[in-house]
Amino acid sequence: MRVEQISIFLENKSGRLAEVTGILADAEVNIRALSLADTSDFGVLRLIVNDITKAKAALKEKGFTVGKTEVLAVEVPDRPGGLHHILSLLQGSGINVEYMYAFVQQSGNNAVMIFRFEDIDRAVELLAENGITVINGSKVYTL
Amino acid sequence: MIYNMEYETLPREALEAIQLRRLQTTLDRVYATVPFYRKRFEEAGLRPVDIKSLEDLSRIPFTTKQDLRDNYPFGMFAVPMDNVVRIHASSGTTGQPTVVGYTSRDIGTWAELMARSLVAGGGTSGDIIHNAYGYGLFTGGLGVHYGAERLGASVIPVSGGNTKRQVMIMKDFGPTILTATPSYTLHLAEVAQDLGIDFADLNFKFGIFGAEPWSEKMRAEIERKCGLSAIDIYGLSEVIGPGVAIECHEAKKGLHIFEDHFIAEIINPDTGEVLPYGEMGELVFTSITKEAFPVIRYRTRDITRLQPEACVCGRTFVRMEKVSGRSDDMLIIRGVNVFPSQIESVLMEIDGVEPHYQLVVDRVGNLDVLTVMVEVGEEAFSDEVKKLQTLERTITKNIKDYFGVSAKVKLAEPKSIARSEGKAVRVIDNRKL
Repeated sequence: MRVEQISIFLENKSGRLAEVTGILADAEVNIRALSLADTSDFGVLRLIVNDITKAKAALKEKGFTVGKTEVLAVEVPDRPGGLHHILSLLQGSGINVEYMYAFVQQSGNNAVMIFRFEDIDRAVELLAENGITVINGSKVYTL
Repeated sequence: MIYNMEYETLPREALEAIQLRRLQTTLDRVYATVPFYRKRFEEAGLRPVDIKSLEDLSRIPFTTKQDLRDNYPFGMFAVPMDNVVRIHASSGTTGQPTVVGYTSRDIGTWAELMARSLVAGGGTSGDIIHNAYGYGLFTGGLGVHYGAERLGASVIPVSGGNTKRQVMIMKDFGPTILTATPSYTLHLAEVAQDLGIDFADLNFKFGIFGAEPWSEKMRAEIERKCGLSAIDIYGLSEVIGPGVAIECHEAKKGLHIFEDHFIAEIINPDTGEVLPYGEMGELVFTSITKEAFPVIRYRTRDITRLQPEACVCGRTFVRMEKVSGRSDDMLIIRGVNVFPSQIESVLMEIDGVEPHYQLVVDRVGNLDVLTVMVEVGEEAFSDEVKKLQTLERTITKNIKDYFGVSAKVKLAEPKSIARSEGKAVRVIDNRKL
């Protein structure tokens, strides 16, 4: 059910992002989705990759601080109001979204969004109750 | 255990009698052989015979680092070069290096003091010492080395640097005592961890750490990360090198000054007035047995206080409190005195913050701006930006609460702050004053 995301601490220095992508390229790790949150001084790069163990080891070896977080990959109907429906459900149940970002690939006819919830267990329950598809980790890495 | 039971437990009265006799001999010698000291005495209208008690010591003018520099390289030596068997020098990072010399007997004295120090930490002749202090002009490496040999322990003269190989040696040779600077010790632990080796699984019983000021929090961090008891040692090349004062493992509360070789005073750094026991001030040393390079009332710039209370270990020497900073490391930020070790204490109180930090001071317009660079390790890292920003704000607030000074906190990538193999560089002062 859950998807493992890695996150990397980056100082706001030119070339740092390219360094990360370079390390992942050398390790033959494929990036499936990413989002970058930044402040004036630093950024946090979040990645869904096809081989999390390899990616983490390669980055740590080069001295990066790497974290691992569980997120959910949720199928979102690719039509007006598709995302809104899901967010309304979550809001109605008081489940907070810490952040979210879009997956490049579609799953069938649906878009895929990565959600980071404050309370992932409750989110899993709520989405299941409402018939919303949450994509398995193993499937996401190779989607 | 006590290495030299007779001298280290002397009753105060007997100790003072020895100190006075040795002081008078030293003054006679420097007056006769070192033009600098003779001139200082003459300017003060003093002769060595005027010093009739230990209290009279306060009549003698101070010696400063600048005086040593002015007499670069050998002007302060009190014996002919023929009798000098060793020369060391300070790194000179803050100016011209200061050069010190040793006679064969001085080397023997130093070895004895380091042997005493190793025993005070809990060492015996059966120990294996991993000596990661730098060998060379710096006194750390050779100081520990000779003391270890005097004690009869096995010493691995690994020196600083080549950290991966050091970790391999620690794992394979099973040393029981680690001697290094505190900052390099943390670097060793970090590299060991990267290589999949847990320090706590190694054979170390204790470590003797010194050559830079370090806080109690840093001690707790080293003890936790390295699984060993951390003992503080004090020394400076101008006085003899490491082994001027040492903590005993029984109390780990204050460092016993080897008073049969050095007389310690605490002075008000502004007025030069001698302060009573218990009061905080600048530490001043007079060597009373050294031959080649005696120092008379040498101002160390180190800030501490003296505690005369009896110690559970049985040593009768006065204890100096862990040095809280050096008056020349002290930053004055918008009129507030800030010691790097105080910032360190503030940082280490926050969960997950690594003891790797650097203080950068700039002057923007007419205002001092203090930036505290702190590395973000895995414990403190979060995938959520707001948590990292909260961390920044917590550090800023705690510094503000402690010093009343606003600091800009900058989170840095791990290992982006340069690791030192000797003394850590904690302060970069970009102000052009």
